[in-house]
Amino acid sequence: MEKIGVILCSGCGIGDALDLDAVKSVADESGAAATLTHECLCAPEGLDAIRQVVADNALDGILIGACSERAKTEEFNGLTVDGPAMYRLAVREHCTWSHTADDEDTRMLAEDLVRMGLARLEATKPIEPLVEEVADTVMVVGGGRAGLEAARVAAGLGHPVVLVEETDGLGGRSTDLVSMAPEEPPYDQPRTNLIPELIEEVIANDDIKVLTSTTISKISGQPGQFKVGLNGSSGLEMMVGAIVQATGATPYDASKLGHLGYGVSPDVVTSQEFEKALAGGAVTCPSDGRAPQRIAFIQCAGSRDEEHLRYCSAECCTTTLRQVAELKKLQPEIESAVIYKDIRTPGQMEYFFLGVQKDAEMMMTRGDVQSVEANGRLSIHLENSLLGENVTVEADLVVLAVGMVPNSADGVSIRALHDARDRAENSESKAQREESAKLAEELAPHEGTEILNLEYRQGPDLPVLAYDFPDSHFICFPYETRRTGIYAAGAVHAPMDSVQAAEDGFGAAMKAVQCIEMAKRGEAVHPRAGDRGYPDFFLQRCTDCKRCTEECPFGAINEDEKGTPEFNPLRCRRCGICMGACPERIVNFQDYSVQMVANMIKAIEVPEDYDEKPRILALMCENDAVPALDTAAANGAKWNPWTRVIPIRCLGSTNIVWIAEAVSRGIDGVILIGCKYGDDYQCHYMTGSELATTRLENVSETLERLALEPERIKTIELSHDEFDRVPQILDEFAEELEEMGPNPLKGF
Amino acid sequence: MSEARPTSLLVVGAGIAGVTAALEAAEAGAEVVLVEREPSIGGRVLRSYHYFPKMCPPSCGMEINTRRLEANPRVRVLTSTEITGAERTDDGWKVKVSTSPAWVTKACTACGDCSGACETEVPDPHNLGLSSVKAIRLPHPAAWPRQFVFDREAVSDDEAKKISDACTYGAIDLSAETTTETFEVGAVVVATGWKPYPLEKLDEFGGGKFKDVIVNIHMERLASPGGPTGGKILLPSTGEPPRKVAFVQCAGSRDVNHLNYCSGVCCLASLKQARYVNEQLPEAEVTMYYIDRRAPGRNEDMLLEVAAIEGVKLMKGKVGRIEEGDGGLTLHVEDVENNRLIEAEADLVVLATGMVPNAIDNDLALFTRKDDDGFVLDDLESGVTVAGVARRPEDVASSVRDATGAAARAMVFAGRRA
Repeated sequence: MEKIGVILCSGCGIGDALDLDAVKSVADESGAAATLTHECLCAPEGLDAIRQVVADNALDGILIGACSERAKTEEFNGLTVDGPAMYRLAVREHCTWSHTADDEDTRMLAEDLVRMGLARLEATKPIEPLVEEVADTVMVVGGGRAGLEAARVAAGLGHPVVLVEETDGLGGRSTDLVSMAPEEPPYDQPRTNLIPELIEEVIANDDIKVLTSTTISKISGQPGQFKVGLNGSSGLEMMVGAIVQATGATPYDASKLGHLGYGVSPDVVTSQEFEKALAGGAVTCPSDGRAPQRIAFIQCAGSRDEEHLRYCSAECCTTTLRQVAELKKLQPEIESAVIYKDIRTPGQMEYFFLGVQKDAEMMMTRGDVQSVEANGRLSIHLENSLLGENVTVEADLVVLAVGMVPNSADGVSIRALHDARDRAENSESKAQREESAKLAEELAPHEGTEILNLEYRQGPDLPVLAYDFPDSHFICFPYETRRTGIYAAGAVHAPMDSVQAAEDGFGAAMKAVQCIEMAKRGEAVHPRAGDRGYPDFFLQRCTDCKRCTEECPFGAINEDEKGTPEFNPLRCRRCGICMGACPERIVNFQDYSVQMVANMIKAIEVPEDYDEKPRILALMCENDAVPALDTAAANGAKWNPWTRVIPIRCLGSTNIVWIAEAVSRGIDGVILIGCKYGDDYQCHYMTGSELATTRLENVSETLERLALEPERIKTIELSHDEFDRVPQILDEFAEELEEMGPNPLKGF
Repeated sequence: MSEARPTSLLVVGAGIAGVTAALEAAEAGAEVVLVEREPSIGGRVLRSYHYFPKMCPPSCGMEINTRRLEANPRVRVLTSTEITGAERTDDGWKVKVSTSPAWVTKACTACGDCSGACETEVPDPHNLGLSSVKAIRLPHPAAWPRQFVFDREAVSDDEAKKISDACTYGAIDLSAETTTETFEVGAVVVATGWKPYPLEKLDEFGGGKFKDVIVNIHMERLASPGGPTGGKILLPSTGEPPRKVAFVQCAGSRDVNHLNYCSGVCCLASLKQARYVNEQLPEAEVTMYYIDRRAPGRNEDMLLEVAAIEGVKLMKGKVGRIEEGDGGLTLHVEDVENNRLIEAEADLVVLATGMVPNAIDNDLALFTRKDDDGFVLDDLESGVTVAGVARRPEDVASSVRDATGAAARAMVFAGRRA
């Protein structure tokens, strides 16, 4: 921006605490095209005054020195509609509320903020929104309940749907169930299987094209423009806008459950096998065809078990209750015994539990099954039973409620396997060839597991988190899979029952449709929903180092044969991690760039006399750390006036050059405050704060070479609600730096 | 989508389910009116310290959601607003809403000068009445809209005048009146949430009588940095840290005398709170009395982690009665494992009370289908879908999932008619 106005608010006590005339003269000296001070900028008169100064001076940028950008957002954002670029300085929160009034240091802080803001706006370029041709079609992969429901809803939302199913029929695991768990009050009886009706409805829907016996050979492109190749019946190629992956789950391999008698006695069956018997109209013992007197249902067979699946499969308790109820209808003379750890019938499913208990009068035994022994009948040996230690339950038939394993493929591991194989053959070093061969062997089980066959640098499928579920921020934002435009739904997404799978299908369809609609508007999807900026790659200077292609948490960047990045803007979530990764600084947004923040750092005045005025740079995540700082200020907290805060999109967007710039300018220390990382990460871009920490570890070596203490650079993990901690963190760092003494590069 | 006019939705309730439904629909292109009876959005989640199982603050996700709201021109948020009437039309619903007097107007900058002039304190609704606050205040640190609220009725006319005079920005309007508005929408998402089962009804546990018998949602406030004790877990009676904490599961749930259903989240909530206690007071003995440990899916990890903590004991047992004595509280427990009755001591008892749908005592015409417990059911004939705990007791992750789906199906209904 070339003509920038500096607009200062004297309201909310700012004018009382600061000599705004002095701040204004700094703005003038620093090249402001116009300045304005007003006693209440957010009031209609204040906003009009801004519009006036913009019009009078033909400003293309406005720097608002008032409250945090999180306050009065609607009012100030209104100025930018067909108007100038804007940057807001939190003078109120980060300066006057949190520092001593009428103080030289407070004034210097405000002056630096203005210099930094001007530097930022000077480097800001107008956004040219992305206009791309976008395909309306939603592709649903998997025709079980979640997939069928997703298809129906996406079509209902006015989008054409292609439903791809690997087998020759729709319905998935639910097709042949004799009944389903209740979904409506009074919730106490099984309901008729609704899948056949749902299949009919989907087949009859003109907006849904069903392709059975079909798999995906490849998916290239990006949301709005996925080019899909299909194997099987049609051999089609087509363009789709977004994808729902509803590939379901498979019962855990019961042959691994020998300790529960599976494979030892033919009279030990899985709940799926038992369902077939129920459907066949007669339950008998497979060993000799006799009618059983008592059937024992063993819960958590392979689930909640360190040796097998550690998680709870969430649907088996209701499945067993339903089977007990169906058995009672079919052969009321057979006794049912349920052996369980905990009965998990949350919510209204409790009515189902009560209803089945009342009607079927099954025996409920809590205990951990140690073994199942076949000796004519079956003896189930229990520990930790309510009936006492070492109890044995006799039965003629045992039904194992086996857990569920997601039908997912881990794109990241598949990619790693391919890379390792490649290195095992082509690497120049023998040690590396050997090491890679070993890794390839470890990863070998991923061979041929591809489902989506994405032509993504980071692998052909959604990355998976714990227990192979392709999930993400599963509390607040359960649809945030790490591949934009591809949403997991149903039992592949997380352990869930049929109703939940249906709802998950509705939700995933919504996200798919939403992604297409946002792509049409040239907008980023969550979490920077509506952002129209996107990074530009200045490839002439690219060294093909592949850091951006490797680090993008969303797989937005492919590589050509040489390893040069190929950026897919519609996959991009605008976190700036690629920008932080790039050693050549060639990845930049129009409104957020390496140069911009570097200029902000350059704009900080660093007094040569350290004793009076040390300087500290704080790069803080705008999603969590900055809000915490705002709250601290609103609560009256104070912190040292030496720290200069720059809010950044994600800690992962931190480019090392910023640290170098700060240190070489004589800034005494740099603190980065971002979200918690690890398994329970809180980073909205998944890996940003972790990547930043890793990058900085590499920097500390460089610092040591420059005879600088690595402790001058510090990273801190902070949660949104730790507002009590932030001022303390900033002050402790200032104290640590004081002990180290001034940055020796000061004044050079 | 090929509508002649944009699909329009009403979302009732701006807790996590309602906010999610509104945002997902608006980002997909719908015009949404989000109605909330409280002065700020976020409902129950913002009154929780952390979410299970990640142990992360709810305000973090809500920060993103408020940014999404601010970035989206298609959502209109009406706070301090209740629905007073609704009728079916050929195109959907005609809805009448009533907004409480806006004593504090949009001119409020949240500078806080008014609070300085206010002497009257009122029970803090954000802290569930566990502490008091100024009659004029920011509801809580993460409040959105970011403006003050004023309990006008709590102060005298003189004080109101003084408070009003203290505001430099003319943001206090003492002549404000209730406003009403009528609008039409194509479909409705009900996300009216829940309230805890009344403590007073739990007489057998001394509910409402014994100071140190508290409800799980109180524990969330005690542990929160913005809570009544600044985040310290302290006994309400003495202000001392507790030494023996008992969690009573299914307090009023799975109980023929109270709620028959399972409230779905209390096991995990107590496991989470056991961690709060253990992290803050590692010396304290924690016992959780349960019927079943319901930690479905990957929440099993959390159960295993908490069960492994030294100082935390999980015991299968039904607490029948609690007595208060000189030395603290005595729990009479049916020890199911050993088939005997035992007595256990505690100085703090946390009742994992069940969830009651807010719709239970509301006969709004929008609730076209309700079950005997007051949970609202989808009515796809009428264009009403239900999200979150208004429909069934469930956790935040499930609420968000099903709110996204409820918004989708409401849009399908509204779109058909557009």
